[in-house]
Amino acid sequence: MADLTEPVTTDDWALGPPDAPVTLVEYADFECPYCRQMGPMLRRLQERGGGRLLLVYRHLPLSAGHPHAMNAAMAAEYAGAHGKFWEMHDLLFAHQEALDIDHLAEYARQLGLDGEEMKQAVETGRFRAAVRHDLVSGVRSGANGTPTIFINGDRYDGPRVEHNLADAIERAAGQPYGEEVETTGYTRSLPPES
Amino acid sequence: MTPLSPGTPAPDFTLPSTMDRPISLAEYRGRPVVLAFFPATWSPVCEEELALFQEVLPELHELGAELLGISVDNIWSQLAWANQYHFQFPLLSDFHPRGQVARSYGVLREDGVTERALFVIDGEGKIRYCYVSPLRENPGADRVLEVLEDLRAEREAGAH
Repeated sequence: MADLTEPVTTDDWALGPPDAPVTLVEYADFECPYCRQMGPMLRRLQERGGGRLLLVYRHLPLSAGHPHAMNAAMAAEYAGAHGKFWEMHDLLFAHQEALDIDHLAEYARQLGLDGEEMKQAVETGRFRAAVRHDLVSGVRSGANGTPTIFINGDRYDGPRVEHNLADAIERAAGQPYGEEVETTGYTRSLPPES
Repeated sequence: MTPLSPGTPAPDFTLPSTMDRPISLAEYRGRPVVLAFFPATWSPVCEEELALFQEVLPELHELGAELLGISVDNIWSQLAWANQYHFQFPLLSDFHPRGQVARSYGVLREDGVTERALFVIDGEGKIRYCYVSPLRENPGADRVLEVLEDLRAEREAGAH
């Protein structure tokens, strides 16, 4: 139980080498305060990992308490379709208190994207199915809140603290964080809808 | 208290609900019901648990099931909470006599609130799944979805 049911594929938003010894999948919500803490932490762990970690972001917007989370997730998908997923990911967490549609369009413009087109994509729900797909896969995998993390497919229930996560990644890799190795970062280029 | 185990007939009840009318378990006979006992409105874990279930309401409905939340809170507290979070499924108030339904399912705690407990009841009114989560832990919805899928497979096998 609490095993990742949906394997990581090239359709995922991922950072790191595809053949890294450790894959960490985060199910998160851009409006969730715990995810805001986790986001930058995982980015640092990925960079520090020197090629040991493939970091994957999947959407789990819980709209009941977070009314802007679904729109923010769709805005990230829009940015991703234009090659700016992680940049938008970082902007959204950095500006978590302002995720209304006008601010989302402003963040798109900051990334050199068309704010009006993004607004329209969000308002017409162009990426809703992609976000829902992530969400349902998370719930089926036993996600029990945001963020929920899976390390090599097993749900991580330990403390949401950087050194605990680093330990868990090291255990999964079977080797400590050491000298840097060459990393070939990649993100998925186009979502299925495009 | 020991929670009722799978195979036991689910005790019927009628309780005031946030749907502006009393709700009885018996009215759902013929389709599965997910009963989510939660300790308290306005608590963070309860909010996250029910928010998660709300996200998969389309999947629950697609499996023919209904979701009912139950707590010992009074109906006004439940209504205010449901309005705040836009919960689109009934919350049932086990307020008077306090915790009577929770007691009949074996999930009333010594401190007067219910356990964080999930029951799946089949169309014949029999308990098919029960899980009591640690109070501070959101149980998630993965097992409930699996059990509902098994029930659907059973129904389909029975229909042939």
